[in-house]
Amino acid sequence: MSAFTGTARLTRLALRRDRIQLPLWILGTVLLLWTTISATREQYPTEEDRLQALTTVAGSPAVLILRSAPTNTSEGGMLVFQILTFLALLAGFMSTLAVVRHTRQNEETGRSEMLGAMVVGRYASLTAALVTAVIANAVLAMLIALVLVGSGLGGAGAVAAGVAVGAAGVSFAGLAAVVAQAAQGARAANGMAAAAIGIAFLVRGFGDAFGEIQANGYTMDNAWPVWLSPIGWAEQVRPYAGERLWVLALPLLLFAGSVAVSFALAGRRDVGMGLIAARPGPRSAKRALLSPLGLAWRLQRGTLLGWAIGVGAMAAVVGSLSGTVEEAYRDNAKAAETIAKIGGGGTSNLVDAFFAAMMAIIGAMVAGYVVQALMRPRAEEAGGPAEAVLATATGRLRWLGSHLAVAVGGATALLLLAGLCAGLVYGLTEGDLGTHLADMTGAALVQLPAALILAGVAIAAYGLLPRLAVGLAWAAFTVSLVLGQLGDLLGLPQAVRDISPFSHVPAVPAVDATAGPLLALVAVALAFGIAGMASFRRRNLAL
Amino acid sequence: MTTAISVSGLVKTFGRARALDELDLAVETGEVHGFLGPNGAGKSTTIRVLLGLLRADGGEATLLGGHPWRDAVELHRRLAYVPGDVNLWPNLTGGEAIDLFAALRGGIDKRRRDELVERFQLDPSKKARTYSKGNRQKVAVVAAFASDVELYILDEPTSGLDPLMEAVFQECVREVKERGRTVLLSSHIFSEVEALCDRVSIIRQGRTVESGTLAELRHLTRTSISVETTHPIAGLLEVSGVHDAQVDTTRAKFDVDTSELDHVLRYLTRFEVRTLTSAPPSLEELFMRHYGDELAGAR
Repeated sequence: MSAFTGTARLTRLALRRDRIQLPLWILGTVLLLWTTISATREQYPTEEDRLQALTTVAGSPAVLILRSAPTNTSEGGMLVFQILTFLALLAGFMSTLAVVRHTRQNEETGRSEMLGAMVVGRYASLTAALVTAVIANAVLAMLIALVLVGSGLGGAGAVAAGVAVGAAGVSFAGLAAVVAQAAQGARAANGMAAAAIGIAFLVRGFGDAFGEIQANGYTMDNAWPVWLSPIGWAEQVRPYAGERLWVLALPLLLFAGSVAVSFALAGRRDVGMGLIAARPGPRSAKRALLSPLGLAWRLQRGTLLGWAIGVGAMAAVVGSLSGTVEEAYRDNAKAAETIAKIGGGGTSNLVDAFFAAMMAIIGAMVAGYVVQALMRPRAEEAGGPAEAVLATATGRLRWLGSHLAVAVGGATALLLLAGLCAGLVYGLTEGDLGTHLADMTGAALVQLPAALILAGVAIAAYGLLPRLAVGLAWAAFTVSLVLGQLGDLLGLPQAVRDISPFSHVPAVPAVDATAGPLLALVAVALAFGIAGMASFRRRNLAL
Repeated sequence: MTTAISVSGLVKTFGRARALDELDLAVETGEVHGFLGPNGAGKSTTIRVLLGLLRADGGEATLLGGHPWRDAVELHRRLAYVPGDVNLWPNLTGGEAIDLFAALRGGIDKRRRDELVERFQLDPSKKARTYSKGNRQKVAVVAAFASDVELYILDEPTSGLDPLMEAVFQECVREVKERGRTVLLSSHIFSEVEALCDRVSIIRQGRTVESGTLAELRHLTRTSISVETTHPIAGLLEVSGVHDAQVDTTRAKFDVDTSELDHVLRYLTRFEVRTLTSAPPSLEELFMRHYGDELAGAR
């Protein structure tokens, strides 16, 4: 028996378990591409339109961070600019979640122990997870290429785009295999993998945003950070712009390297344990733990700390960019126009518009934190300790309310932190500390009501349909993000974009905040939250 | 005596499956009540309804004079629960979990808690992720007995404990019984139930099939007799209440309905009894008799 015995069987088991989840990821990603193709054609029908649009955005770091650096004005080039980095991002999440699901999560539930006692090799489980992720990415790459060819965007570009996205997904699968071995548990592994994807997206974003604009006025030489990121590599394959297939060697090398590391780790690690041995802890509890709120805080503080590091670092980087942004916009009247439009009109201050766009990204991150935090009660309920806790003199509303309080308090603290970090760095580099601190903190805090809506939706889903709550809450988050942040790109009518809470956040500091929409958002959030709480009080526990 | 738990006609359905089908259960204050039934009979479902974690679809249930759903929080101050499947927080230590459960229930007797940790030989400084099933169960059992409450609801509390710890557990149950507390003990370990319980209820497919003291239940079933006489035994097979008799001239082995014991013994004395051993039915036999046909049906 070799260390790989049983791999084929375990792969079939993994594919069988994922028979709904993976196809949904893949089809969702392809659907996003398909919608973008038709929207791009509608918005930019001619070469002229595309040239104009790309020339405008080339000088706009806020847009470049979210898209990518323009490569050419062909239809394919425009499409790559619009959507390639998002496709790579989605492939990354699909891959890391799948790998952790079939490695670390299996260990936590004791399934690996059962499998390990059968005729199954030491590395079979890990190999099966990786093979599953590779298969999913191969299918995704193929479908992307097919959709592009089917839309008349055939040729080498279609293949390159598909393979570039698939290769990004595969390299994240490799990273996930390493963190799945190193982390203390599945939750931590998923968190670390998500952080890696987020960092990869942002690092590449800064590389694109601060590249050098070439003489033609719209293509760019990317700054070096692009080369540090698997998502950046996907761009550098340059589909529809003189494909450079040799760049694909980078993700494949990263994959091979991380697979080797994960195998080495798997070989010396005990099933169920992290790399760091668990230390003995306190023999009795501190007073602070001994209440539902104390417990919720204890369970959630690690997650909050991770997000605080990410949000704080992001905000500090954003704050430090003020000078660069001002410089980039100085000679670009068109960019000024676009940015002013994004900012909702009424301002010509490009720097403020840039900060408003960045704060919207931070707002979306914080909304993601809120959804993650509010899925904790579900994990506690489904095969967790909630049964025993709710059999003590802890009322249901108090128990769920404690988790809600930690999530909302955590979101407020994260936004405050973002405002302070951005304002402090901005003020220290440009002077006028007091004003910038106040402006940035305000710009961060107006994001809170949108995050509260997602909190309300998460609680409502948990109260009404507990078994589907995790999927529903993340779907609501994704839809809000797509409609709010990409609605413009997809050419969706305003009425549809208005479904997203993110569409109603005023672009502070570029425009003044008005209380009306913010209060309306809070009212909607409250309605969702109350409905969720009321139905949680009345329902059976879904153990 | 007053009633600690009174359930009548309890119905609970999950979709089309009827988990509890008009179940009855009565537990008197101060008794240790055994709650028996095969896997999937509805024991845990009943307990979860009593704890207000599930909502009953029909029937009546009263717990310590209150309504299990409406008065859940107030009632939970007066009871302690050990779930059948003990799940703890992987990153909290056993000691922290014990203190937390006791505090959420309304208070902890620190001295009693330390004494129990000692008796159950639990290392409270270990993170829960490193505990075995038995050790997780010890955490829940210690947390329950460290609280001085009126009612203890224990769902298969010892299924992962070793025999030494099982003995400690039985001591703990006896101690709370001496203090007049009530215990509802769901268990598959017959020796444990026989050693601890004043009365038992046996349920099957969501219904109560038998309830009473062990003596009463024994009365409903058969005693095994093995006898040796001076004179050859004749006509034993025709005596009413005798079953499965094997007669070998002066020796016989048979089962007898406990209610018919007296006249069967009178009949035997005609042949001059030289030795006689009788084995009262064990709880296991009682149980097997109720589920025997189910086992036979499964074969």
